Amino acid sequence: MQQQIISKLTAELMEAEEKLVPVEPLSVRYPELSVKDSYDIQLEWVQKKLEEGRVVIGKKVGLTSKAMQNMLGVNEPDYGHLLDHMKVATGSVLSRKDFIKPKVEAEIGFILKEDLRGPNVTYVDVLMATEALVPTLEIIDSRIEDWKIRLVDTVADNGSSARAVVGEPFYEIDQVDLRTLSMTLVKNGEVTATGAGAAALGHPAYAIAWLANKLADYNISLKAGELILPGALSAAIDIDSGDEVTAAFGKLGSVTISFRD
Amino acid sequence: MTVTKRSDMEIVDYLLRAESDVKEVVKITDQYPDLSIDEAYDLQKKLIERRMDKTKTKRLGIKLGLTSKAKQEMMGVHEAIYGYLLSDMLALEWEPLQQHRLIHPKAEPEIAFIMGEDLMGEEVTAEDVMKAAKYVVAAIEVIDSRYKDFRFTLPDVVADNCSSAKLILGSKMVKPEELDLANIGMVMSKNGEMAATGAGSAVLGHPAEAVAWAVQKLAQRGEGLKNGDIVLSGALSEAIAFDMDDTIVAQFDGLGSVTLSSRYVK
Repeated sequence: MQQQIISKLTAELMEAEEKLVPVEPLSVRYPELSVKDSYDIQLEWVQKKLEEGRVVIGKKVGLTSKAMQNMLGVNEPDYGHLLDHMKVATGSVLSRKDFIKPKVEAEIGFILKEDLRGPNVTYVDVLMATEALVPTLEIIDSRIEDWKIRLVDTVADNGSSARAVVGEPFYEIDQVDLRTLSMTLVKNGEVTATGAGAAALGHPAYAIAWLANKLADYNISLKAGELILPGALSAAIDIDSGDEVTAAFGKLGSVTISFRD
Repeated sequence: MTVTKRSDMEIVDYLLRAESDVKEVVKITDQYPDLSIDEAYDLQKKLIERRMDKTKTKRLGIKLGLTSKAKQEMMGVHEAIYGYLLSDMLALEWEPLQQHRLIHPKAEPEIAFIMGEDLMGEEVTAEDVMKAAKYVVAAIEVIDSRYKDFRFTLPDVVADNCSSAKLILGSKMVKPEELDLANIGMVMSKNGEMAATGAGSAVLGHPAEAVAWAVQKLAQRGEGLKNGDIVLSGALSEAIAFDMDDTIVAQFDGLGSVTLSSRYVK
């Protein structure tokens, strides 16, 4: 794909995000767009944001459940970047007007204390490099019309990232079994979805190891201090104004977000 | 038998080919009856270096073998043995093993240590091991001797990296001081039927004693354990053979369980 088109699509997605007006799927307009092209778009988007003074605070893995992978016809996850303006504290109230068609998913966030650079990063390496776990709600919002995404669309659109709502860090990682750690997603007082850590690629730390090894292809490493989101523990749920969503993760604690008009 | 001049790299390639071709081979002491244990460790070192280079993997840790009196007597020896674990040996509870990549595998229930600091020296004690270890985890080690019918002498098995093939860890990590490691009971079942039982003390009286022995032994070669190493401290019971479609579960008091399942995936 020509660099010119990569830059044009990057600009389109940036504008869609700023003006909150979604664009037609790139995959429909540019059927020849490859996954590599779409990562190039994402990386150019990140570069532009950095030029605007934004800071990368972490990364996220997406498409970590078999169900989501089947839906998009892929057999591996994808990833996106988390920037400083996306981070929101638990208990915050967000305006529905700042989003297009938001959804929310619950994830076990990892805060690293050491860099991780692939290849050959194992999930045990990830556990040993982890400073704390953080209950997290990821708000995703596609800049593609009606979420009509294929893999290349969501990758170009930074994994559909919008916000990361973070709770209190939990430091005693030996006190939880990360495959069976529970997750209960409650919307307006009702249990809407449940899951456990293993939903993220078998083990959340394994999803992060996948990311560290994948990023080695781009000569990017995971850095100490970064927040890494290993993937949703259940299907994403819609969130609208007036909604309050809480994810409770057993011993890890919980995280809440509300939407107003 | 004619005495042939030994070529280390030929032996190393012979064993690595057996592994990659998934084909058992005649044990090397048939041709080199004078091979000493010390020379076997030299061969093991060369084998590991070559295997890491060929498979683009890294060191994952150390494993111990022959840590029970019964096994030592069976082999007519008085000490344990050690080998190296590499990153591609780490298998996952949530992905079945590929049976067709293994020759005649057996499963051993073990207590794994994950080191939180480097540990080296000929004077290292079990207490030092307990301090330097960050976590203990339930584990199943898959051993798969490259030798015909799993038959070998001590130098053979040492040169073959102590039959190392795969390891699977449970997902519960516990600080070592929170458990009485010698008195951890273990029950292993295969396809729902009990296959073996044992306790932590099966490993040289205490798993940390076994690891301390390995550190001392490594020190004689100028080596030691590294921060982040996974150490398989030795089997808590006899090894159980498995085939495709088998599921093996090992449950440990206080450490939870670890499951191995095997499929024929080609």
